[in-house]
Amino acid sequence: MLLSPYPTTGERIRITLLWIWCGLVILFLLVPILIPVPLSFNSGAFFIFPLEGISTRWYEVVLGTQRWQSGIGNSLIIALGTTVIATTLGTLTAIALSDEKFPGRRIIMPLLLSPLIVPVVITAVGSYLFYARVGLASTYAGIILAHTALASPFVVVTVGASLTGFDRNLMRAAAISGAKPLTSFFRVMLPLILPGVLSGAAFAFVTSFDEVVVVQFLASASQRTMPLEMFIGLREKLSPAITAAATLMMALSILLLLVANILARRSRKS
Amino acid sequence: MSAFQPSEIDRPTLARDRSAADADLKSVSAALRRAELGDRMRSLLLAAPLLVLLALSFGIPIVLLLSRAVYDPTIADALPKTTAALAGWNGQGLPGDDAFAALAADLKENQVKGTAYELAKSLNARLPGARSQVLKTVRKLESADGQAALDTMKSVPFWSVPSTWPVIQSGTSSLTSFYLLSALDLRWNADGGIERVPPEQAIFIQVFLRTFFVAASVTLATLILGFPLAYLIANVPKGLAAILTVAVLLPFWTSILVRTAAWTVLLQKFGLVNDFLLLIGVTSDRLDLMYSRIGLVIAMTHIQLPFTLLPIYSVMRTIPPSQMKAAYSLGARPFTAFRRIYIPQVFPGVMAGCMLTFILCLGYYITPALIGGAGDQLISNFIANYVNVELNWEMAAALSFILLVFTLALFGIFARVLGLDRLKLV
Repeated sequence: MLLSPYPTTGERIRITLLWIWCGLVILFLLVPILIPVPLSFNSGAFFIFPLEGISTRWYEVVLGTQRWQSGIGNSLIIALGTTVIATTLGTLTAIALSDEKFPGRRIIMPLLLSPLIVPVVITAVGSYLFYARVGLASTYAGIILAHTALASPFVVVTVGASLTGFDRNLMRAAAISGAKPLTSFFRVMLPLILPGVLSGAAFAFVTSFDEVVVVQFLASASQRTMPLEMFIGLREKLSPAITAAATLMMALSILLLLVANILARRSRKS
Repeated sequence: MSAFQPSEIDRPTLARDRSAADADLKSVSAALRRAELGDRMRSLLLAAPLLVLLALSFGIPIVLLLSRAVYDPTIADALPKTTAALAGWNGQGLPGDDAFAALAADLKENQVKGTAYELAKSLNARLPGARSQVLKTVRKLESADGQAALDTMKSVPFWSVPSTWPVIQSGTSSLTSFYLLSALDLRWNADGGIERVPPEQAIFIQVFLRTFFVAASVTLATLILGFPLAYLIANVPKGLAAILTVAVLLPFWTSILVRTAAWTVLLQKFGLVNDFLLLIGVTSDRLDLMYSRIGLVIAMTHIQLPFTLLPIYSVMRTIPPSQMKAAYSLGARPFTAFRRIYIPQVFPGVMAGCMLTFILCLGYYITPALIGGAGDQLISNFIANYVNVELNWEMAAALSFILLVFTLALFGIFARVLGLDRLKLV
């Protein structure tokens, strides 16, 4: 499609240059995220190629020491809490917004998306200030609440997209057949929009699991998450354990977001 | 027999019928409205929990933070007597002895309550050097009362400098524009006008300009790298396009922190980037890429590239290739066809991608903190620093205020001109 059936020399040169340029851009995109992977299996303590040898010693550090273990545990607690709340409330809101007669729909949508646009330091500092007054600073509840604000827009968007393909007459049919609203939600609507909901949940989980700025301001020393340990480690002393942690986090988010995108695509098609 | 006017009988009946029909119609439409209102109320009720939660966890915190930029009652609370004594002062020269006595009494009171240090810090934010003077005076006042206290006040030259008192007077009003003006390197002068602060005190305009400059550089770099790749992905067969898309999405799905960590590894003096530059002979010596502007821009470009590329790509894929062929067959040169047929159509996508990247760059914090040097810290880093190190919430709030105004204004333009559907965050 790039080349016409009878390409001129000039066209050939242009297309060749385009390919070379794009090849370099792809390298620029992929090499940086792939580099930490071999380095994390290095048996030496430095970041220099060639590797001294293959070992899993840095993974043993990340998965075996108390500091990192508690970080992983905290990340899981916070991300799971955020996922449950953001998915539930975000799905309800998406259903409400999918009704075209919803009052103020055009105002609410930008407001819902604003946590993604407002610089996260402002959100973090504001939460720190407010939560300290109401006793939520240094609590899991506080961090989960702040993360829900950052994660719920993703749920509203993905569930909203899957609802555009949902035929509201099905709900009317269910009501005429005598189903209570709650029954028709669980038996008719939810099964059909489930891929969108799960996709939103995966986005919410990754958003919270990867988040580091809000945590930096709100978490006490015992609530440090895995990304926060990484951030602190990067500031203090660069250890190969960080490349192991980075590889683990990258694998987790790529895996979850791959699933999320496949689900989202499927729900949009149906 | 007079003719019975049928109309006279019928008319009231007809009228009654009509009014009945009207009433029916009215009740039907009222019922419809009620039903619709019920639907709307139910929708509102469904959306309410998230809206309330967002108000609590996001809205109130930000409003509270911003209010700190203009509302600072510390000085007014700490100096009630001085506030009263200065109420009628015209701001010229020095106030009367009663103001000195009131300040002495207030300072002693603060010493007793243990709030003297807080007051000193708050005054110092507005009047550099005030901290040590307040603490010194407080110590001297400990054993002085009445006339002795007044003499003590007069013995500290700081309190007899005319420029000290207008600052105290402005501090006794809880609403203040001081911090917002400071965030723009401005201040009130003695005549009640606004002036620039002396160059040696000006820092923030430079930081804002630096933030804009870094954001613009990154936006431009992502466009130069991303536009051709988006074009390629939109114009190759499906299978190849899918593979190329994955190459864009893999970094997109990796968190900013992880990618920043990867770049810290790459940009080291003995890291891969330097190895590569030496290998291809661009440089003859290893460069200091960590803690440098160029390293920061490279890492941010890597992180933002998918944000710029995806909106462009989603427009490009809707443009049928036959259009360009039609242009060629009508005799357009490739460049002309590209400029007149292709660019105008992809322009909204280019705008969306560039604006999104620019907006997001304005708020960068993690990457400058880890990869930027002391001279590459962006506005978010200053906000965090004022909270974490200087404990100056008012200044952090004022900088947040201005950053937020810029961000939301650009977001508003984005939503209005391009529409929220072009926001490719997922």
